[in-house]
Amino acid sequence: MKKKLIVTRRKAIISGLTAMGGLLLPGCKSKELPPTYGNILRMGDNLTYVAHRALLPGQALVKEYDPRDISSFPATGTFNPGDSSWKYYSEEWDKLHKNDFADWRLSVEGLVAKPLQLSLKDLMGLPAQKQITRHSCEEGWTAIAEWTGVRLGDVLKAAGILPKARFVNYYAFDGFTDSLDMLDAFHPQTILAYGMNGKNLPVPHGAPIRMRVETQIGYKSVKYLKRIVVTDEFDDFGENGAILNGWAWYNGI
Amino acid sequence: MANASHHSTWVRICHWIVTLAFIALVFTGIEILMVHPRLYWGEVGNDLTPALFELPISRNYKHGGFTEGQPFFQTPGSPVSAGRTYDIFNQNGWGRSLHFLAGWFLVVSGLVYLLFGFIGGHFRKHILLSKKEFNWSRMMIDLKDHLRLLIPRASGGPDYGILQKISYTIIVFLALPLMVITGFTMAPAITAAFPFLLDLFGGYQSARTIHFFSTIALLLFFVIHIVMVILSGFKKQMLSMTFKRSYEKETDRNPS
Repeated sequence: MKKKLIVTRRKAIISGLTAMGGLLLPGCKSKELPPTYGNILRMGDNLTYVAHRALLPGQALVKEYDPRDISSFPATGTFNPGDSSWKYYSEEWDKLHKNDFADWRLSVEGLVAKPLQLSLKDLMGLPAQKQITRHSCEEGWTAIAEWTGVRLGDVLKAAGILPKARFVNYYAFDGFTDSLDMLDAFHPQTILAYGMNGKNLPVPHGAPIRMRVETQIGYKSVKYLKRIVVTDEFDDFGENGAILNGWAWYNGI
Repeated sequence: MANASHHSTWVRICHWIVTLAFIALVFTGIEILMVHPRLYWGEVGNDLTPALFELPISRNYKHGGFTEGQPFFQTPGSPVSAGRTYDIFNQNGWGRSLHFLAGWFLVVSGLVYLLFGFIGGHFRKHILLSKKEFNWSRMMIDLKDHLRLLIPRASGGPDYGILQKISYTIIVFLALPLMVITGFTMAPAITAAFPFLLDLFGGYQSARTIHFFSTIALLLFFVIHIVMVILSGFKKQMLSMTFKRSYEKETDRNPS
């Protein structure tokens, strides 16, 4: 009697694991997943990504806070791309900064019907969104700030995104680069922020524009944005990208 | 218990997967904590806000490498912004990804274990205290025996003593679930879907601090568990938790 039960249980384990594998299949079109390079850590990252996309409601909103919750906020990584002694110095950004970003343009290109060159004024002309949210750094610290900006989704719609688009790549003046899938790119709280705590976005926090991806860990919210490229294929960005430096691409966790 | 009992296959598989996952989680957890060895309460905590306490476990401990704070508002006591000038220790690339990979093994085998434990009656029969054992004087007797290190030889199966059952109950139904759920509370995509998690623990940083103290509790259990395995017959315990056979012959030394 007992022996029989054990066999049944073992079968149940196997069918359970098979079912889990089946869960992964819908996300396994290789083009839509970041490459793993045979690295088991990247496979784990992809498992988390696929599981989040399969199990979590698509575009749930993150918690928003009260103005009195606004906290001190460390500026890490690059906090002044105009510092010529810094390894991520950008002469181009420095020149634009000296002219108060009057000549700064955000280029929106790739798989779009109408490539755009948006000035700060153009962006501020689009419907503004304010949100007081928590920044969660992979290091373990958190901070709360009020961000003002335009939805990335609105900008992408204005450019007329093409149906086969799968990823939105973004490039910064300090050399950082990253990408989002369409779900996070069109998340209602994913914004191109030009304001922080009621003022223009300060230099240490990414002036003139930074990405805010509230559903992921801080380093997806790249500062000092320069260019947005819509693509249909995953780009690892070589040595400038996260995954070849050993960091996860998806960071909802 | 003279009857030849032994650990079920699924118990043995789950036990060792969870053990390996736990070791990987502690190892990477320490690495992650070393990157920011400060713990807080509430939603917010960073180098510019006060910590509950700080741990001297990496060069990041009280590094103080920040530019002068610039206030965000003109009001006194305004929150500030400051740029970090210090090159911190940070190995979170592999640390985080390995932590989450091990977390997958823990969660999946933990769910299998819970499912089988409830369905097959393992929890009712072997882990939870029976009505008879829910008795203060019996508990005190078992406690005194433990304090005098009067540990019975292992039976090679799930014939657990009272304190043993209580500790397994706490680990299975409280400490490990708390560990997993406070971990989830630090995931922005998960708290977007389940915002009550943040309210449940009082915020992201509170969840992180509870995650830390649960680790301490689990490590304490881990050490005591290994000591008890040694005291009750290391070789037999390891064999019976690994291979499918009972070890009756070796139980003969059992003092009655």
